[in-house]
Amino acid sequence: MKTTQFLFSGFGGQGILFAGKFLAYKGLIEGKQVSWLPSYGPEMRGGTASCSVIVSDGAVGSPIVSKPDVLVAMNLPSLDRFENAVVPGGMIFADSTLIGRKVARDDVKAFYVPATQLANENGYPTLANMILLGKILAELGEFDEDSVNAALSKVISAKHADMKEVNLNALHSGMAQ
Amino acid sequence: MSEKVLMKGNEAIAEAAIIAGCRHYFGYPITPQTEIAAYMAKKMPKIGGTFLQAESEIAAINMVYGVSSAGLRVMTSSSSPGVSLKGEGLSYLAGADLPALIVNVQRGGPGLGGIQPSQSDYFQATRGGGHGDYHMIVLAPASVQEMAELTVKGFELADTYRMTSMILADGTMGQMMEPVALDDLRVNPMPAKPWATTGTGMKRPHNIVNSLFLQPEELEKFNFERYERYARIEETEALAEEYLMDDAEIAVAAFGIAARVSKNAIDEARKMGIKVGLIRPITLWPFPKAVFRKAADHVKSMISVELSMGQMIEDVRLAAECRVPVSLCNRAGGMIPSPDQVLAAIVSAAKGGH
Repeated sequence: MKTTQFLFSGFGGQGILFAGKFLAYKGLIEGKQVSWLPSYGPEMRGGTASCSVIVSDGAVGSPIVSKPDVLVAMNLPSLDRFENAVVPGGMIFADSTLIGRKVARDDVKAFYVPATQLANENGYPTLANMILLGKILAELGEFDEDSVNAALSKVISAKHADMKEVNLNALHSGMAQ
Repeated sequence: MSEKVLMKGNEAIAEAAIIAGCRHYFGYPITPQTEIAAYMAKKMPKIGGTFLQAESEIAAINMVYGVSSAGLRVMTSSSSPGVSLKGEGLSYLAGADLPALIVNVQRGGPGLGGIQPSQSDYFQATRGGGHGDYHMIVLAPASVQEMAELTVKGFELADTYRMTSMILADGTMGQMMEPVALDDLRVNPMPAKPWATTGTGMKRPHNIVNSLFLQPEELEKFNFERYERYARIEETEALAEEYLMDDAEIAVAAFGIAARVSKNAIDEARKMGIKVGLIRPITLWPFPKAVFRKAADHVKSMISVELSMGQMIEDVRLAAECRVPVSLCNRAGGMIPSPDQVLAAIVSAAKGGH
């Protein structure tokens, strides 16, 4: 049974919860068991926000990710706080525009994506989260065009349907990194 | 099988309540359950229902008393400190034999406490919460799907037995999203409520809903009648999930989020060859005593895993009739035990330690 535990972390407003929800829906659409658990409370209003996502072939036990297989750090405090929690052999994806240092551990695979810079250059400054996700899906070998499209339709309301293509572009640009 | 959608536990409760026929919601916002009120605020006006943000928790529970008196399905929701404020109303509902659904998405206490998940209102919920001799039916969901299913069940049990049901969840259950299939929910027809104050139509005597009885003989009679009903409920409505209990030598007792964490630990312990299983009470009152009594015949010890300083452990000990030692594995104040902590407790129990 394969279970992947994701931890997304960054500033409130960087789309941490949205990225997690997209990934959870993608798993659901692919017939997997999923859970999504946000940090909630004062940290959502400006401080560090984080979000646990579990995608599994079997039943999900605890929805709390304390030892992530995949850490997505969108700011330095997040990397500082969670780097050592990642399981040996796990993956760390860091937004290198906002994180000046490298991952200190040598028993994990580290990926550096200048996501915020790319998002600004490409004209969708709020989608650094999706650029990172594109990279993650590419590295995991899980970029399935159909389920990615279907998941985007779930997390983007009909009112903002025009944002779907922009999100898809962001995912693709992350994939190409 | 219907299509599954991702929903927060709080939203699943709200939607399930609507499916169950609840058209009246009264509440006052408090983290971590505010999504219930927000969902009701959006939905109720569209389906001819009532959403009302009361001036306080106390006002909200008394509005529940009013609507229930009129025989309609009604609910309120809050989190720990807010539920304490509702305590008086809970007792009055019990004294007047009124059905209603109360949701407590618990947070750390005592006092104003914090906003992180907790299970430290177990005593308050299972012993009644307010003054006087009474019980509430207390349901403890451990998934978003169960948040929905037990909401429907809570309304039905409340109507069947003319008493309040409480959903005792926690911040994690309220905030997490999981796939949920709402189309699969089945709702039984609401029983007749000949006692409700719906207007006599000049055809019958007045119905009176009241909890004041100044003649002690009369008040005693109602108390005894109520406890006969409670005895029937204890016989027929207790529910628990058993996980890997058949050959278990150690039983972990846990509900809600603690049960989810414990399952991870139990799976790890099984890999190490330790025969351990889980008893997850789904009804906290009535407590599934028979399941624990039966387990006490074949396990060597039990571990109560809780997000409190140890409250359910008292019921576990009583149900196991003190025939096996019961130890506590806990965090409090908004902290959650990790699977590693529970695993360490299991390993210690396997070595004979407590």
